[in-house]
Amino acid sequence: MSNSLTHILVSFAVLFTLLAVGGMLIWLERRLLALWQDRYGPNRVGPFGLLQVVADMIKVLFKEDWVPPFANKPVFIMAPAIIVTVTLMSFAVVPFAPGIQVVELNMGLLFFLAMSSLGVYSVVLAGWASGSKYSILGGLRSSAQMLSYEAFMGLSLMGVVMLAGSFDLNRIIEAQRDGWFIRYQFVGFMLFLIAGTAETNRLPFDLPEAESELVAGFHSEYSGLKFGLFFVGEYLGITLISSLITVLFFGGWLGPWLPPLVWFTLKTFFFICLFILLRASLPRPRYDQLMSFGWKVCLPLAVGNLLLTGAWILMKG
Amino acid sequence: MFSILRSILTVFMTMFRKRITVQYPEERSTLAPRWRGRIILSRDPDGRERCVACHLCAVACPVDCISLQATEDQMGRRYPEFFRINFSRCIFCGYCEEACPTCAIQLTPDFEMGEYLRTNLVYEKEDLLISGPGKYPGYNYYREAGLEIGGKAKGEGSQDEPPVDVKSLLP
Repeated sequence: MSNSLTHILVSFAVLFTLLAVGGMLIWLERRLLALWQDRYGPNRVGPFGLLQVVADMIKVLFKEDWVPPFANKPVFIMAPAIIVTVTLMSFAVVPFAPGIQVVELNMGLLFFLAMSSLGVYSVVLAGWASGSKYSILGGLRSSAQMLSYEAFMGLSLMGVVMLAGSFDLNRIIEAQRDGWFIRYQFVGFMLFLIAGTAETNRLPFDLPEAESELVAGFHSEYSGLKFGLFFVGEYLGITLISSLITVLFFGGWLGPWLPPLVWFTLKTFFFICLFILLRASLPRPRYDQLMSFGWKVCLPLAVGNLLLTGAWILMKG
Repeated sequence: MFSILRSILTVFMTMFRKRITVQYPEERSTLAPRWRGRIILSRDPDGRERCVACHLCAVACPVDCISLQATEDQMGRRYPEFFRINFSRCIFCGYCEEACPTCAIQLTPDFEMGEYLRTNLVYEKEDLLISGPGKYPGYNYYREAGLEIGGKAKGEGSQDEPPVDVKSLLP
């Protein structure tokens, strides 16, 4: 009884922490971008502008929630819910610290890959259901981009799986007690970073959104809370990819002196900042460049990495 | 590939540069003395209005935000009966200052004119008049020019020469 109660408490704690983090990242991103552009960013509302999140949320909640008459209404309403649901579902398998995990799936990594693939539907359906040209262009781009980056995202992780001998994220972390997997899987890490950026539609791979070309891409027609859900979903996606990089390549909650949860948070925070730095510094590639980079560079690299890792494991016997 | 890494590093290094934002209400940037801001009407060193209501500023104004009505006092000295600037239209181009023959209308380094009501942006003469001579201390149009007004005959202005009797042939 008390066991299941703890379990429920942990689940709710994870849920609320993640939603809060998703909100706070909006503030963090704005402050960091400002820092890298020699500005201040939001620093007026509350200490260091921390309450800017509250102000933003109030604004989003009270905006008119408008469904365009030319939209496909049920799909239009469903689309933003999918991305948040699916991203939160993926967090179910992430081990934040020993014992702090929603479900201990022995197929955790596969579950994550499946869920992140479902995330494509949100963007594609939003683009299609909006019934406007910019949205459909964004949706088309995202379907092509996310599907092609999905392919080597899975492959780039297989090296880690082979080294750990398991899809269970806990066992992957335990396998890194002697050393983080980044030592053997640097190529895998780079590929996963690139694929993760593309999966979450973050710059430099934000072609589905592409403000400068497509107004706002797939969410041009969205307003109010639905837009807010896309927004939070994107930041949850960053958090998810960062925490998975931490788990898979940087030893998760392993670390000396500090408690495991602190280590996990620190490492994840570092990668979130890296994502924001990438946004601050890189230009968006052209569409054909993006596709050829995915299929002609990243996919062969992922396969080669997989082959080499397999050969190395066989040689060690 | 290298250029991508270098641009990431360059952007990261900007972290250690000074931020250029001026935190406005607490700290202010210094405005140049010739900054074109809120328009004022100045007075001459005797403390009387410099404006002679010649309408040149209203003519020069590209957005027609100045309106005034000329009148004359008992001494024959022209002045505006009302002088009205609609700052919700004003674009602070400074043409009125350039056009003014008596240095009466001047632009000042002040931009904090926010109002909640548009009608409050219409400044009347009493809002525009300041007590001093503004940017041109010592200049007094009626003292220098040759115009005859009460207390000063023709030719008595400091920039003026005594009138010539055109009917006389003597040099």
